[in-house]
Amino acid sequence: MTRLLAFLAALLAVLFSAALVLGPADIGPVESLRALVVNDGGALTLVMREIRLPRAILAVLIGASLGMAGAAMQGYLRNPLADPGLIGVSSSAAFGAVLSIQTGVAATVAFALPLSALTGALVGVFLVLALAGPRGSSLTLILAGIAISALAAALTSLTLNLSPNPFAASEIVFWMMGSLADRSMTHVWIAWPLIALGGAFLASLARGLDALTLGEDAAEAMGISLKRLRLTLVFGTAAVVGASTAVAGAIGFIGLVVPHILRPFVGAKPGQLLWASALGGAIMLLVADIAVRVVLPSRDLKLGVLTALVGAPLFLHLIYKTRKEGL
Amino acid sequence: MTVLAVQSMSVTRRNRTVLKDVSFEIGAGELVGLIGPNGAGKTTLMRAALGLIAAQGQSSLAQLSPRERARAVAWMPQAREIAWPVTVENVVTLGRIPYLGGAQKPNDADRDAVEKAIAYLDLEALRHRTATRLSGGEQARVLLARALAQQTPLLMADEPTAGLDPSHQISTMQTFGKLVKAGTSVIVSLHDLGLAARHCSRLIVIDDARIVADGPPAQVLTPELIQSTFSITAWHQTTDQGTIFQPLEVVT
Repeated sequence: MTRLLAFLAALLAVLFSAALVLGPADIGPVESLRALVVNDGGALTLVMREIRLPRAILAVLIGASLGMAGAAMQGYLRNPLADPGLIGVSSSAAFGAVLSIQTGVAATVAFALPLSALTGALVGVFLVLALAGPRGSSLTLILAGIAISALAAALTSLTLNLSPNPFAASEIVFWMMGSLADRSMTHVWIAWPLIALGGAFLASLARGLDALTLGEDAAEAMGISLKRLRLTLVFGTAAVVGASTAVAGAIGFIGLVVPHILRPFVGAKPGQLLWASALGGAIMLLVADIAVRVVLPSRDLKLGVLTALVGAPLFLHLIYKTRKEGL
Repeated sequence: MTVLAVQSMSVTRRNRTVLKDVSFEIGAGELVGLIGPNGAGKTTLMRAALGLIAAQGQSSLAQLSPRERARAVAWMPQAREIAWPVTVENVVTLGRIPYLGGAQKPNDADRDAVEKAIAYLDLEALRHRTATRLSGGEQARVLLARALAQQTPLLMADEPTAGLDPSHQISTMQTFGKLVKAGTSVIVSLHDLGLAARHCSRLIVIDDARIVADGPPAQVLTPELIQSTFSITAWHQTTDQGTIFQPLEVVT
């Protein structure tokens, strides 16, 4: 377990450095890393500190968020097919963002779009909790999440449908594909406090998720408060996924695939899977973000498109393997 | 010493009375069988006594904080659920959760409890196997070991013998018997009256939301009670091979 975490952390460090030294500005790795640390007052430091560094930091934060939220959601529902988007946060965040693009608010200040996405996420979460009730089962939570997701998706489509401005419509479509391009330190500052808070919430679930391996009744009899666990899960997931969607758009499959890949390496223990999936998610998103820059540098390939393109077949392969093992 | 005291407990769900004015006490070293027809309220009684569902009246366990309760009673729900392909050893270790704080790792006392539980149920050979790939009987043993690792003065099990082959049924009851000799109290709900008559030191019979009989098996399992509660006749005899109770015919 410790060895796995150390390996993942080392891999993450290597990829983080790689993400920093790769880019359209053709600069040697040593030179660019030096410019990052030492301010030479020139363009190189600006590129490193204002373009590449926020992008790499966001990839780590968002990847970790999605991975951890996915592991928590799967652990809570005791279902390997659960995904952090299940409680409707990402779709309602996306709807908030779409509204701000459509109304032109997004064009006023840099943080208007992420803030309206966060507002959307917040509204979505409270609707889900109001629908599911404070004491309901995991089933009512999923149903409420699906209902809110569907509603937010419908409202997003309605906005697109009624959009009089084709440029706004195409901007919305591209934003929804998810990307880390052209993000600044402002985005990092918007995202990290929420991700840190939500991450702490999710990390505190480890023991409860372990206990849930034996079912809800047995877990509760072992002193786990299911009501509190559920609230912590919903707010933690809402904070990390809401913040992630707000700054990067919808990025799918990380929360689904990463816990699935790492589960055998932690002996399937849901508590330990949280940390492993956080690291694994960060690694996967860094790899994806490096890939979109390397594969088609001139065409602005969207991150969410790539994660889905790679994630879906990978997921199918995992399902096939799982079926063969008879699990 | 009393390990569980229930005072005039009633449970109403969806305007239907599921339990009505139930009172009983369980002392140390008792093996109590909870019997009654389907839907009589056995599971409800156990969950209400544990405080897992809302109920009127008092239960000494429901008054404890969740953490204290988890050190006072181990609960085995009827559904034998193991959600993830974890090893047997890890499942048994889950029983130590009530003793661990936030991010605390199991200490020597915890490991000792786990080792004892594994040895008690003869799981040494299965220790590193994946629990979800074991047979139903083996899984039942693993989950019983998990409950033992909790090291509580009272163990409550909801139909622990359901779906097991005869040898696993008998050995489960014998394990309970061994525990009771060592001073633990056990409450089990059972449908097999033969097992109940043979292994339990006391039977509580529930019918139609209330307790209709409570006492040693020989006094409780009268032909009248069996007919009125279970609508059956039975052959009940104390032989040189112990108590034999065999249900015979349905009475209408």
